Amino acid sequence: MIAEAFENREPQGSKQLILDRLRGRAVPSDGLPEVDPGRLIKFDDRIRQFQETLEFVGGESHLVDSPEQVREILEGIDAFSSADRIASTYPEAIEPTVDLAKVSDPHLLSSLGWTIARGEFAIAENGAIWIDGATLPHRVMIFIAQYLAIVVSRSQIVDHMHDAYARIGAPRPGFGVFVSGPSKTADIEQSLVLGAHGCRKLQVFLTP
Amino acid sequence: MNVALFVPCYIDQFFPDVAISTLELLESQGLSVAFPEMQTCCGQPMANTGCTADAAPVARQFVEMFSGYDAVVCPSGSCTSMIRNHYSEYFADDDQRFIKLRDSTFELCEFLVDRLGVRTIKGRFPHRVSVHSSCHGLRELRLGACSEQMVPRENKLRILLESLEGVEVVPISRQDECCGFGGTFAVTERETSVAMGVDRVQDHVQSGSEVLVAGDMSCLMHMQGLIRRREMPMQVMHIAEVLAGRPLPTKQTASAAR
Amino acid sequence: MSIALPIVDHPQAAKDFVNNVPRSHWHDDSLWFVRTKRDRQAQSLPEWEYLRETASAIKRHTIANLPDYLQEFEANAIRMGAVVHWAADAAEHNEIVLGLLRKNKTHRIIKSKSMLTEECGLNEFLIDNGIDVVDTDLGERIVQLRGETPSHIVLPAIHIKKEEVGETFHQHLGTRKGEADPQVLTEAARGHLRGKFLEGEVGITGVNFGIAETGGIVVCTNEGNADLGVSLPRIHIACMGIEKLVPRFENLAVFTRLLARSATGQPITSYTSHFHGPRDENSELHIVLVDNGRSRIRDSDTFRDALNCIRCGACMNTCPVYRRSGGHSYQATVPGPIGSVLGPTKDMKAHKSLPYACSLCGSCTDVCPVKIPLHHQLLAWRSELVGKRLLAWNKRVGMKAASWLFRHPRLFFTAGYTARVALKYLPKSLTHNRLNEWAIDRDLPDPPKQSFRAWYAQNRNVAKPEQPE
Repeated sequence: MIAEAFENREPQGSKQLILDRLRGRAVPSDGLPEVDPGRLIKFDDRIRQFQETLEFVGGESHLVDSPEQVREILEGIDAFSSADRIASTYPEAIEPTVDLAKVSDPHLLSSLGWTIARGEFAIAENGAIWIDGATLPHRVMIFIAQYLAIVVSRSQIVDHMHDAYARIGAPRPGFGVFVSGPSKTADIEQSLVLGAHGCRKLQVFLTP
Repeated sequence: MNVALFVPCYIDQFFPDVAISTLELLESQGLSVAFPEMQTCCGQPMANTGCTADAAPVARQFVEMFSGYDAVVCPSGSCTSMIRNHYSEYFADDDQRFIKLRDSTFELCEFLVDRLGVRTIKGRFPHRVSVHSSCHGLRELRLGACSEQMVPRENKLRILLESLEGVEVVPISRQDECCGFGGTFAVTERETSVAMGVDRVQDHVQSGSEVLVAGDMSCLMHMQGLIRRREMPMQVMHIAEVLAGRPLPTKQTASAAR
Repeated sequence: MSIALPIVDHPQAAKDFVNNVPRSHWHDDSLWFVRTKRDRQAQSLPEWEYLRETASAIKRHTIANLPDYLQEFEANAIRMGAVVHWAADAAEHNEIVLGLLRKNKTHRIIKSKSMLTEECGLNEFLIDNGIDVVDTDLGERIVQLRGETPSHIVLPAIHIKKEEVGETFHQHLGTRKGEADPQVLTEAARGHLRGKFLEGEVGITGVNFGIAETGGIVVCTNEGNADLGVSLPRIHIACMGIEKLVPRFENLAVFTRLLARSATGQPITSYTSHFHGPRDENSELHIVLVDNGRSRIRDSDTFRDALNCIRCGACMNTCPVYRRSGGHSYQATVPGPIGSVLGPTKDMKAHKSLPYACSLCGSCTDVCPVKIPLHHQLLAWRSELVGKRLLAWNKRVGMKAASWLFRHPRLFFTAGYTARVALKYLPKSLTHNRLNEWAIDRDLPDPPKQSFRAWYAQNRNVAKPEQPE
């Protein structure tokens, strides 16, 4: 039986107990394998691959050349033009209506309609975008807004996750997230529904 | 080449024509084929139930009986896999006699294609055929590519089947799902086993096939039992029978009776 | 304090589900659909098998060197500002979590999906201690409202029909009676859970991967519930099995490529979140490292690879038994092939039927992204069970008798002869009765005139080994 007696436990006793148990059984092993980059997929056209995959995962992408174009496209979307509360870390295109610096408690962002955020780079194989938490005054803005737009440079698209992690490098204390498409669920009879708890839709703007 | 025919116990007793077809096929390749007459069973029923102590002496008897041939050929992927993949626990790591036997035991189609280099069987089988890929042949002997792995492999059964004149192999919707036989599973998990089998047969019926062909008679015995009980419009044949030129059985003369 | 678990009788527990043919087919089709999506994703990567190979090698290396990597992880997690707790078993894990809630005078927690907390029975334990537990994964919330347990580790409500979800939501969330549109029901759950998110005082998540080199943890969801659940409250408790480690940050690439593709046929989950330390100086991140039997599994050369598991659920989706018998028939936190391997490690006797709930088709082994030899392990369990005399008496005796018969060829030939004759001449009422499990649903084969060996003796000119016919 696994559930053994662990009464009379000292604080930190279980750490020692677990480590002792593990050390009590030496297991021979091979070294940690290295991934051979030569064996990984490469896309001829990373931008197109990214766009197709993003569409597959329920997101929409737009090739744009200027912040003005971002604004024009967003203003053409009803859910945007009617939104009151907008958080933005991309003021070149969209001026925020919520001053994130003055929000002390993330709960105050509960009625956020839109978040416009910056992505560091994107990944062709899975349509994901890396958002560095350091660019977010409140990380909840990515998840609590009804709609999310991410702006990322189309010159910053890598083939796959191996290149993505290499690109991030050594993580600093904090947070980072790969976002691939809008929030979704298929928990009711495998019917895909966009907008589970996070954003209902995801717009990605690919700038030069 | 000095070849021994290994006939699984239930084929010997209930489906002799499968063994006769196998023998004829091998003889037609110019081989001299021996049938070690004291053979019984490879021990798989015990091993698959976990009764390894009961399987061990049967395994040792098997090796005793079949050593000394250039090749041992068996019309069953499952029984062949028992020797190749599951016998090692009954023998010492350096037991040369066992190792030699293990490496020279083949499933029928694999023997024809890999060992003899046969790609064509002369014959005619003017029927719409669907193939049931028996699990042990597929996933333990790798007689073909399975849908889970992204590894291209030649399908040895199909190479031979498709070489027959007039044959039309029709696709089924789930190319390699288990039929639910599973040895004692068929009895201990009867309800699930039957549900799996009925679904498998339905898939073949819907494909428009006239006859369901497989390399393992155990799967076919299970599915045939379901087909007959439910009077489903499908015949079953072992690949050896098809390749040996047997005609499609009529309702009255099922493949077993000869 | 070892508690004997109730004995699971899989065939019995499966009966109702399997015999409800339309429902069983519907369940089978839903999961096969997921398996098909997985195949398409696997096909899209030429390096798929290379990734599986690499993932398996990384996991094996990690499990072999687990004590070192755990200590490295702890040191780095502390350096990042997290608090690390160690729990030897489920009870200690639950006490640690409750202790943290008490310390913060918390009564409302929001949880995202964690198979570890299911395994530890955390919800029941916290509710018994007066804590309001809200599961936020939609599937988990559905089963929670219905007073059920998840039937699948990735798709907790896969066994429930949308009409039934509609009824549950009508009762608990006030949706219109008869409403069964997944879109509408999901929207209702979104509204209902938004309120819960905002009220939550502590967020609890599982962990998909812990990184020894950096002390970070990774949580993957599609709904965004884990992120919402930990970005609002000040305290994040992450519950993590000790086998969840990977050595290096870069190793995550291999696993994030395999996980969602194997699980749901997506190229990656919608959100793959990396936490290195707490949110800010006013927040706390607690990581609870749980053994609960894992070190015991590691001791076994036969079953160690089961610790490779990344809980993708692909073995369930592909298992022809699971698809037809439903997750609840396993009566275990983790059902399906991997569950049938893990169950007996907790209590062999209670789970003795699970390794036999398998036709040994091997599909699970080939679908597994970390190459756990699942069907070989299930077979290995059978011989462990027989060794411990846990196989039913009549089956053990039957196999002994068969073994004896196979070692006495002449008697075997006679027995075969007798059986064929019996089949031929006995009335169907005798050969196809309820005592013959085979023949309840299946006809027996037509008995041939003679065995192969008898034919061979006649036709190939050797001495007759059998009774005259």
